[in-house]
Amino acid sequence: MPNEIVLSMKNISKTFPGVRALDHVDFTLRSGEIHALMGENGAGKSTLIKVLTGVEEFESGEIKIEVGSQTIINHSPQEAQEHGISTVYQEVNLCPNLSVAENLFIGREPKRAGLIDWKTMNRKATELLSKLDMNIDVTKALENYSIALQQMIAIARAVDMSAKVLILDEPTSSLDDNEVEKLFRLMRRLKADGVGIIFVTHFLEQVYEVCDKITVLRNGGLVGEYETEKLPRVQLVAKMMGKDFDDLEAIKKVGKTAGKSSEPVIDAKGIGRQGTIKPYDLQIRKGEVIGLSGLLGSGRSELARSLYGADKPDSGELKVSGKTVVLHTPRDAMMAGMAYLPENRKEEGIVADLSVRENLILALQAKRGMFHPIGSKEQEELANKYVKLLQIKTASLDTPVRSLSGGNQQKVILGRWLLTDPDFLILDEPTRGIDVGTKTEIQKLVVQLAKEGVTVMFISSEIEEMIRTCSRMAVLRDREKVSELIEEELDQNHIMKAIAGGGTDE
Amino acid sequence: MNKGKAFIKRLTGYRLFLPLFCLVLVLFSNLIKTPGFFEVTIKNGVLYGYIIDVINRASDLVILAVGMTLVVAASGGTDISVGAVMSVAGAVCCFILSGGQQSVNEFVNPYILGVLAAVLAGILCGCFNGFLVAKLKIQPMVATLILFTAGRGIAQLITKGQITYIRVESYKMLGSSIPGIPIPTPVFVALIVVLLTYVLLKKTTLGLYIQTVGINAKASKLMGIKSSMIIFLSYVFCGLCAGISGLVASSRIYSADANNIGLNLELDAILAVALGGNSLAGGKFSLLGSVIGAYTIQALSTTLYAMGVSPDQIPVYKAIVVVVIVALQSTELKRMVSKLQMNIKSGKKVA
Ligand SMILES: Nc1ncnc2c1ncn2[C@@H]1O[C@H](COP(=O)(O)OP(=O)(O)OP(=O)(O)O)[C@@H](O)[C@H]1O
Ligand SMILES: [Mg+2]
Repeated sequence: MPNEIVLSMKNISKTFPGVRALDHVDFTLRSGEIHALMGENGAGKSTLIKVLTGVEEFESGEIKIEVGSQTIINHSPQEAQEHGISTVYQEVNLCPNLSVAENLFIGREPKRAGLIDWKTMNRKATELLSKLDMNIDVTKALENYSIALQQMIAIARAVDMSAKVLILDEPTSSLDDNEVEKLFRLMRRLKADGVGIIFVTHFLEQVYEVCDKITVLRNGGLVGEYETEKLPRVQLVAKMMGKDFDDLEAIKKVGKTAGKSSEPVIDAKGIGRQGTIKPYDLQIRKGEVIGLSGLLGSGRSELARSLYGADKPDSGELKVSGKTVVLHTPRDAMMAGMAYLPENRKEEGIVADLSVRENLILALQAKRGMFHPIGSKEQEELANKYVKLLQIKTASLDTPVRSLSGGNQQKVILGRWLLTDPDFLILDEPTRGIDVGTKTEIQKLVVQLAKEGVTVMFISSEIEEMIRTCSRMAVLRDREKVSELIEEELDQNHIMKAIAGGGTDE
Repeated sequence: MNKGKAFIKRLTGYRLFLPLFCLVLVLFSNLIKTPGFFEVTIKNGVLYGYIIDVINRASDLVILAVGMTLVVAASGGTDISVGAVMSVAGAVCCFILSGGQQSVNEFVNPYILGVLAAVLAGILCGCFNGFLVAKLKIQPMVATLILFTAGRGIAQLITKGQITYIRVESYKMLGSSIPGIPIPTPVFVALIVVLLTYVLLKKTTLGLYIQTVGINAKASKLMGIKSSMIIFLSYVFCGLCAGISGLVASSRIYSADANNIGLNLELDAILAVALGGNSLAGGKFSLLGSVIGAYTIQALSTTLYAMGVSPDQIPVYKAIVVVVIVALQSTELKRMVSKLQMNIKSGKKVA
């Protein structure tokens, strides 16, 4: 099966100010192979990929495509593309205000008489996406679609450029099981055609499902290359973390709260917003962790946003702790004790050029108001506390957040909201891109907060994670809340049925 | 040896290193052609000299650049009306002080009234721009184009198409000097504006908010920071600065010359922001950088003047030097240079 080498990287080193991101790393990819690149947040996975595709320069080492060939240095992703390397980066880097079709064909638009042939382009785009079972309007701007769909579009684009090497950096971080299945089918097909695929993910099950080989990085160093079959899961985790850690065992200990006590903290009646979420009723009690589940585009995030006032609802009534409130803006919601971690960290979360410290304290600062600046000493204390709590890997507190690894950026915005000490915490995909070790820590933290009386709304495409943390679950379908599952019904089977509309409800 | 290298690296890594370096370079280039550039003498109790001239004349621009910096940072756009707003402020002040006459030898209304009215006029213009940009979401360049063209017309209207003279000694003081103080007054005005702004940005969280909004407006909204409010405020503040600057400029010529006060100064103000190492796309900014940028522009003008370049050729030389400075600071150029170095290195290895 796997045969000749299509890519070899030897002795690659790369230093950022204050961080040794890659330290003499080797990596080899063969044709017809799906090769997992694993490691904790900040281990250097994305950096290795960026060095390969010319986004970043490297200090030493050599890259070869095919055996015996010349060493190459890619100076830009375009050049990498010419060398047959196609990449989906961790942060979707398409243009939000261009149409889906334009995004798919940017730089290689079909032309007629020197002009862009829009008709052909739109037709080809539709065809391309329908191969992935995506039937969407390709003439609409990309920003109209969820981050998951954007991720699929980025994948479709990369795949279509028929390369010898396909790189996917956490492509599944916001996809649900269905999409992941589609992606895997596609990957297997490409594999059969002899394409070599580099696959970065923090989902161990996915690695064991599709990957032939695993290369593990830790703190910028190479730990080793292994055959997937010969590396049991526990050992893989140990190799990534550098210590024994049984993630499955640790997760079991998370334990849940019932949150059955007292009066509802959130009491929504008929809240809805035309075109995004149909009117729904929802009661959430103090100390409860309520999950929202549903397929992509079922309206999970939209429901959360309508509660928070991020997209102001046009109908219904909301009571917070028994008092009727009207939330015109997120600020009103914050003053009412809410916090909302959005799912799209690049677009709505991080303030890229500001430091880790500033990013952490921003929401609290906004809550306190313009004329009560948080002193630098307090800022430092707060920031340090959350850097430690969430194990954020950063050179210093004054490092711009943009230079953190994807998972660490996610931790920063999670920390930002925890820091505001909310009564009602909405978490939309809080563990997106976060590594196994920290993920269980965060799940524990959520349950702990609930025990301390914080009410939590939890959204995740990972059903496992929801079952572990939630004490109740609301199910959405087609932008409508269709049912609720109580504690006893929270298992994979029930949930899947409810999501798909199989029958427990109505 | 190594320590020295590390020091140089630290120094060049400092954000304001390049802007400062450019300023120093421009100033010291005078040592070749105009050795007397740094000489300072005292005439009638006031400091004189090229270098004093730079510091003095740059004041109007410094004040403008402060306002422009905030506008650029918050909205990622520029306010091209500031020059015209200066002339409006000048006209309003002179109108109040002259009571509508063409030339007066003493104030018709109290001086402070004229000053306040001028500042208010600046603020109102800022409100107008801010409303268009922040509320109606009109592109900054287009929104401020309105006052850019209409502003001088308004000023003309106020002065009835003539130049209004205020021939009162105390009116001239703001633009020249106060008896007994050897340093020209505009220098103090600029200093005060910069300091007050700095304190404002530090003591409230305005600075942090402006950067946040400029970098990621969507994220700031979810954190309860209203981007439209912050952008509006930045334009109001810019109008205020233009008003103050207009007062100084009008005092310099003790008149309201609607056609010439602040002429083309908006471009210099934008340039000052850029020369200070600030991105015109908005986001993170350095106030001090813009101030340095403003002094650099004036230093350049005075230098060319001192070298005897004729006034109508000055813009050409200025343009050339500006292009060089901007190129020096561009990250793309840095990338190209380091790539070149890398290629040369790897080329050597092969050989
Ligand atoms: N542009 C940059 N400037 C400075 N440091 C950087 C930059 N990019 C990455 N780093 C640092 O390099 C290290 C490796 O980052 P990298 O993004 O490769 O991690 P990763 O393995 O992809 O992590 P994740 O799973 O979180 O995506 C991190 O410590 C990060 O802070
Ligand atoms: Mg990464």
